[in-house]
Amino acid sequence: MDQLTTDRLMEIMRICAGEVDPVVTTADPEDIDFADLGYDSLALLETAGRLEREFGVAIGEGELADARTPADLTALINRLLAKTA
Amino acid sequence: MKSPNNRRVVITGIGIVAPGAIGVKPFWDLLVAGRTATRTISTFDPAPFRSRIAAECDFDPSAEGLTPREIRRMDRAAQFAVVAAREGIEDSGIDRETLDGSRVGVVIGSAVGCTTSLENEYAVVSDSGSRWLVDHTYGVPHLFDYFVPSSIAAEVAHDRIAAEGPVSLVSTGCTSGLDAVGRAADLIAEGAADVMVAGATEAPISPITVACFDAIKATSPDNDRPAEASRPFDRTRRGFVLGEGAAVFVLEEHDAARRRGAEVYAEISGFATRCNAFHMTGLRTDGREMAEAIRVALADARTEPSAIDYVNAHGSGTRQNDRHETAAFKRSLGEHARRTPVSSIKSMIGHSLGAVGSLEIAACALAIRHDVVPPTANLREPDPECDLDYVPLEARPWPVANVLTVGSGFGGFQSAMVLSEPDARGRSAA
Amino acid sequence: MSTDTEGLALDDTVVTGMGVVAPTGLGRDEHWTNTLRGASAIGPVTRFEAGRYPSRLAGEVPGFDPAAHLTSRLLPQTDHMTRMALVASDWALTDAEADPAQLPEYGMGVVTAVSAGGFEFGHRELQNLWGKGPEHVSAYQSFAWFYAVNTGQISIRHGLRGPGAALVTEQAGGLDALGQARRQLRRGQPMVLAGAVDGSPCPWGWAAQLSTGRMSEEPDPVRAYLPFDAEAGGYVPGEGGALFVLETEEAARARGARRRYGRMAGYAATFDPPQGSGRPANLERAARAALDDARLGPEEIDVVFADAAGTSEEDAIEAEALRGLFGPHGVPVTAPKTMTGRLSAGGSALDVATALLALREGIVPPTINVSRPRPEHTLDLVTAPRRIPLATALVLARGQGGFNSALVLTGPC
Repeated sequence: MDQLTTDRLMEIMRICAGEVDPVVTTADPEDIDFADLGYDSLALLETAGRLEREFGVAIGEGELADARTPADLTALINRLLAKTA
Repeated sequence: MKSPNNRRVVITGIGIVAPGAIGVKPFWDLLVAGRTATRTISTFDPAPFRSRIAAECDFDPSAEGLTPREIRRMDRAAQFAVVAAREGIEDSGIDRETLDGSRVGVVIGSAVGCTTSLENEYAVVSDSGSRWLVDHTYGVPHLFDYFVPSSIAAEVAHDRIAAEGPVSLVSTGCTSGLDAVGRAADLIAEGAADVMVAGATEAPISPITVACFDAIKATSPDNDRPAEASRPFDRTRRGFVLGEGAAVFVLEEHDAARRRGAEVYAEISGFATRCNAFHMTGLRTDGREMAEAIRVALADARTEPSAIDYVNAHGSGTRQNDRHETAAFKRSLGEHARRTPVSSIKSMIGHSLGAVGSLEIAACALAIRHDVVPPTANLREPDPECDLDYVPLEARPWPVANVLTVGSGFGGFQSAMVLSEPDARGRSAA
Repeated sequence: MSTDTEGLALDDTVVTGMGVVAPTGLGRDEHWTNTLRGASAIGPVTRFEAGRYPSRLAGEVPGFDPAAHLTSRLLPQTDHMTRMALVASDWALTDAEADPAQLPEYGMGVVTAVSAGGFEFGHRELQNLWGKGPEHVSAYQSFAWFYAVNTGQISIRHGLRGPGAALVTEQAGGLDALGQARRQLRRGQPMVLAGAVDGSPCPWGWAAQLSTGRMSEEPDPVRAYLPFDAEAGGYVPGEGGALFVLETEEAARARGARRRYGRMAGYAATFDPPQGSGRPANLERAARAALDDARLGPEEIDVVFADAAGTSEEDAIEAEALRGLFGPHGVPVTAPKTMTGRLSAGGSALDVATALLALREGIVPPTINVSRPRPEHTLDLVTAPRRIPLATALVLARGQGGFNSALVLTGPC
C-alpha cells in the first residue's frame, strides 16, 4: 500500500467534511490545527473511518485525539502502515 | 406570560417496559437494588461491531397481551408503547367508559421510531443491501407505518384509551422522553385536553443504530464486562450503553384527578427546553443552555433551587456529557448543587435514546412516592471533574418532595423538568 | 388588550417572514407566480431510476443546487431534505428582516415537522452497512437521518437557542409545527422559526409509500392526482415545503418589523377513531375547534385550502366535513397541491404559505387538472384563479393514521 501524503489527506478531508476554512497565517497548511481549519471532531471521525478503510489500518482513539494537524495525522497513518507492512 | 390557563397537571398512572423489568414494581425494585441490566447483545450477532453490549428488555409481546395481529403489525417500539400505556391506564384507575374521547390526547416521544422494523424490511427489499433500486414487492403491507413513526402514537391512541383529541409524536433525539411529557402537560395546562396518555418509547438495538454510534465512538467498547460497562461520572467511563424500553403516563388536570379520587404520583410543575445551537453531537463544556433550561423550568414551577431534593441526571457516561451537566447543575443550582443527591439510572438500564427521559420521569415520580433516591451503579472511581454527590452504588432513603430531571440530545436539545410531591410544589421535603 | 391601527393585539401571533422551497418554485415569488398560473410541477421522477415501480411521477423541486446556498462543510453531513430546509430557513429570516443576534439570548426557538427524516441519507448508509459492513457507515448517520435533524441544523446555522421541537404527524405536521410555535410564543418567546420541509425521494422511501396502496399509478402527469374528481386515483408524492418567522405582534412591533403576512388566528388538532369503529372522522371537529379558537364563525371564512387526499374515500370525508361546516357550495375550496403533489409534512406548511399570499393578493389560486368534480361533494372548487375579497382562510391537513389539523389565518389588514 502506498504511503499517505498530506495532499491526499486533504483531498479525503474535502470529501468527508468539505473545504478548509480560510485561515490568515504564514504557517504551512499541514501544520495548522484541524480546529483552525474548521474541521471538528465529527469531521475527523468521518475522515478516520475513511482512512481506516482505504489504508487497512486501525487508528486507536487516543492516537486520533493526539493528531492535531494534517501533518500529525499523515505521520500517524504512515506509522501504522509501516507496522502492518 | 405562562400557560394562559394555568391548569395544573399531575401524573396518575405509570406503565413501564424496561431492561430487566417489565412493569412499574420490578422497575423500581431494580433501581433500588442498584442492579444493572446491561449485557451482550442477543437479538443479532454483534461480532462485527465495536460496541457489542446493550440493555435489552426481556419482552415477550404475546405474554404481555398483544394479539398475533398486533405483533405482526407493530414495530417493537410500538409494542413497548402500547404495553406500557395499558399498564399506565390500568394503574391510573381512570374509567374509560366515562371519558370524552375528544378531550383525551396522546403524545409519544421517540428518537429513531420504528428503526428496527425499517432495517429488517430494508434487508428484505434490498436483498441484504445488494440493490439500490429496492424491490418494493417484497415489502410488508404496513411498511409505511414504520416509515413515518407517528404510527406509534396512533397505535396508542387507538388502543385502550380511544383518544380523539390531539395526538402526536415528538422526536427531539435523546430529550424526546422529556419533551413529549412536557408537551402533553402543556396541552392540559392550556385546556386543549383534560387527559393525556404521554410518554416515550425506543427499540433501537439494531445493526444500523449500533453502527452509527460505533462510527462516532459514543458507545462503550467494554464488551468483556457488560454489567459494569455503563459507568456515569466514573473516571474510567468509556461511553454510553445503548438501551431500549418505554414509559407511558396518564396525565390529568389536577382538580379533576382529585375529584375522582385518583392517587397522584407527582405534579409536573415545571418544564423547559433550549437549543445549544452549537453542534449536532458536541456539547459546550460550560453547560450554559442546560442551565438555562433548568432555570426556566424552576421558574415555571415557582420553585427555588434550594427546594430541589434530588437531581436525576442525564448521566449518559460519555466523557463530555457528564462534565457538561455537572457544570450545568452548578451554574443553575449554585451551592445547592453540592448538597443535593444526583444520580443516573442509565448506569442500570442503559441509554434508550428517546425513551429514557420518560423512564427517568418515572424514576423521579417513584422517588417522590417512596422517599428513596436511586443510585448510580458502577460508580467506584469518581472523576475528579465530576465532583457532586452522585449516590454511588446504593440507593439512599431520602425525603424527596421536588425533583429535577434533565436530558441532553443530539441536535443540541437541552431539557429540564421539575416534578413535585402532590401539593408540595416549591417546598423541600428536607 | 391594546391594539394598533392594523387591528392587531400585542399578543397576537403574526407571520413576518416566509421561506419557500417548493416544486412550484425556489422562493416565495416564483412559487406564487407559478401557482397563480396553475403551472403543474408534477413530472417523471429524476432523483432515481423509477422505471421499475408502478408509480413514476413526483413533484420535485427543480434546479435546487445545494452548493450554491450551503458551505461545503454542510454537504457531506446533510440529507437532501435538510439542505432544502436550511435554505428555506435562510430565506424566511431574510424575508422577515430578522437578525437572531439582535434578540435576547434565548429569544428565538425552532419547530419543524418531518415525516421520515433524512431518508435518502439513511438509505445510503443502510446500503453501506448491509452491502459492505459496519465500518462503512458514516459518522454523520447518527443525526443525518433522525427526525430532529432539521430543527438541530437550523438552530446551529442561525444561532437559535430558544426552545426546539420536532413533531411527526405525517401530512398534518406542517400545521402542528405552527401550533407548537404559537405555544412557545405564549410562553414568552418573542420569535420562533417554524414549519416543515420534507421529502424522501429515494427508492427505499418510494417502496414505503407504495405500500399504502394510495399512490397514483397513472403515468400521465395531468391525470395522476385528481382530488375530488370522479377519477381520483391516489396521490403523487413531492418534496419541499415552507418555513415561517412567527412572532408576537408585540415583538414584531418592538423590532420595527415592517411586514405582516397575516395572523395565525386559530389552530386545533384531533384524531380519528380506528377504521371500522363506526365512529365518525374528526376533521370537521378539528376545523370547528380552530374556528372557535379564532373566534370566527364558518360564515366568516373566505377560502379553504383543502387537504385533498386524492382517494375517493378520503375526499368524500373531507367534502362531508366541509359541507357540515359551510353547507353545500358554502365556501370557495382550493387545492393548489394539485400542482406539487403531497409533500408529506411540507405540504401543509406550503399550503399555509400559499394561503397567506392569497390573502395578501386577494386571489384564490386554482386547483388544477380536476375537470369532473364529483357533484355529490357539493364543493365550490376553485379551478381557475378567482379574485375575491379575502380576509380569512382555513387550512386543513390530514396525516396518515388519523391525524387532523386545522389552522385559521387572517390577512394582513
